[in-house]
Amino acid sequence: MDWTLENVDWSEIAEGTIDTLTMLGFSTLFTILIGLPLGIILFLTSRGQLLQNQVFYAIASFVVNILRSVPFIILMILLIPVTKVIVGTSLGVLGAIPPLVIGAAPFFARLVETSLREVDRGVIEAAQSMGASNWQIIWNVLLPESRPGLVAGITITTVALVSYTAMSGVIGGGGLGDLAIRYGYQRFQTDVMIVTVIILLVLVQILQSLGDRLVMRFSRK
Amino acid sequence: MIQLQQLHKSYQVQGKTIPALLGIDLSIDKGEIYGIIGHSGAGKSTLIRCINLLERPTSGQVVVDGVDLTKLDDSKLQEKRRQIGMIFQHFNLLSSATVGENVAFPLKLANRSKAEIQKKVDELLKLVGLEAHRDKYPSQLSGGQKQRVGIARALANDPKVLLCDEATSALDPQTTNSILALLLDINRKLGLTIVLITHEMHVIRSICDRVGVIDGGKIVESGEVLDVFLKPQHPTTQEFVEQVADSSELREAVAHEKAAGNRTIARVTFLGEKTYQPILFQTMQETGTVFSILQGTISRMKDTPYGQLVVELEGDVRQNEKTIETLRQRGLEVEVI
Repeated sequence: MDWTLENVDWSEIAEGTIDTLTMLGFSTLFTILIGLPLGIILFLTSRGQLLQNQVFYAIASFVVNILRSVPFIILMILLIPVTKVIVGTSLGVLGAIPPLVIGAAPFFARLVETSLREVDRGVIEAAQSMGASNWQIIWNVLLPESRPGLVAGITITTVALVSYTAMSGVIGGGGLGDLAIRYGYQRFQTDVMIVTVIILLVLVQILQSLGDRLVMRFSRK
Repeated sequence: MIQLQQLHKSYQVQGKTIPALLGIDLSIDKGEIYGIIGHSGAGKSTLIRCINLLERPTSGQVVVDGVDLTKLDDSKLQEKRRQIGMIFQHFNLLSSATVGENVAFPLKLANRSKAEIQKKVDELLKLVGLEAHRDKYPSQLSGGQKQRVGIARALANDPKVLLCDEATSALDPQTTNSILALLLDINRKLGLTIVLITHEMHVIRSICDRVGVIDGGKIVESGEVLDVFLKPQHPTTQEFVEQVADSSELREAVAHEKAAGNRTIARVTFLGEKTYQPILFQTMQETGTVFSILQGTISRMKDTPYGQLVVELEGDVRQNEKTIETLRQRGLEVEVI
């Protein structure tokens, strides 16, 4: 073991960190943009809800389950042609974002669906009795009432995305995971591996405590 | 104000049809407080939810203020619902919004201006006595305060009708009374038509003008509260009356006295101002009948005083008959048990 950090090139670490944060930022953003509406649709079309539609729900639920059951590392490889179509390359930070989003959005959608289920049915009924339209119920009742659960869901998803970004190093995705694989694994430079792991660990801690704090702030129950 | 005609509602549960309402006909006048009493499972919750179409009836008409709600499309129905306020057993407030925001909620849904909302919220919070709690969240309030928020919210769009779904069932007796007083107050101040469902006789007796008794998805008895409860016909009604009038104890007393000999036992009912006049005493004195009271209530139904005494007449048969005749002539109702 070599504890002198002699192999660590800090400028590369800095670059890797920025790449990881970029991937994380964009993939979280698009995961929310796709997963939130998907989760809302799953919830609304499920049994006993406003837009109950058993056929639609069964199909959507099936697709979500398939995407969730494929291990991310395999999903990533399977999606290479799709990624090329979407962003023009399957490499680097840009090439990593589509598989990250496609892998995480169904997961986040399920978390959204679960949080919306926690909203008191009576409150939805009360809003209906006041003449609220379905849109108004989504915006003014479902989303605000489930805000703590949604924020917790975003936190869990972002943390999951941190490990996904590291995995994307395998297919040349860039970032800290890429560094860890190229130097730490392939060249036996354990010190590089340890530094990247520590940075990822700190990142996860920061994200989780930030999320927890927001949840606390929004909780009114 | 509200007419329900041949309302049927049934649910499909696992391929079976479960009937909930079996042909309800009901007419509720403008400005009255109409109570619907029934046991749980009798269909009362389904019935009140049919009035604003939270439950869509399987067949029949729901006419509110001249409009048949079952014939409206979604957006017309949403507009119409704004004229029908509703309060709930479990309050159903937005937990993520303050008291003020909860009351403002229906106004926001109706796209009112900020200034207008502000003014209306002030007014409503004052009406229900919660000015000091404007910025609190529902979790910081007591049950009674939460229901007051519910009432303020239900009144925000100046509805013509207020539906109360077991509004006091989750509250203690004292809070129940204060909420009932508030409902009666807004009924008088605003001329609001109120429909409430409950399983508590006390609620009906305190504020309702008319009552319908629901059992097995049908209205089995209805009319003025006084008539229905002083002379209950249907077994279910009789059960509810017993809630407030210890009838089981009376039955024991009557059985005991009857076993002792050939006695005349009568239920004498007073209504209105007669309640406070010494008619019973005077009549008994004139006919020289000795009597004892087995059970008695002197109370009020909403604003009408009434009394009901069960007396045992200890005179001979002819004397007793004359006494009963005289009491009837003087406007009391006498029923020999």
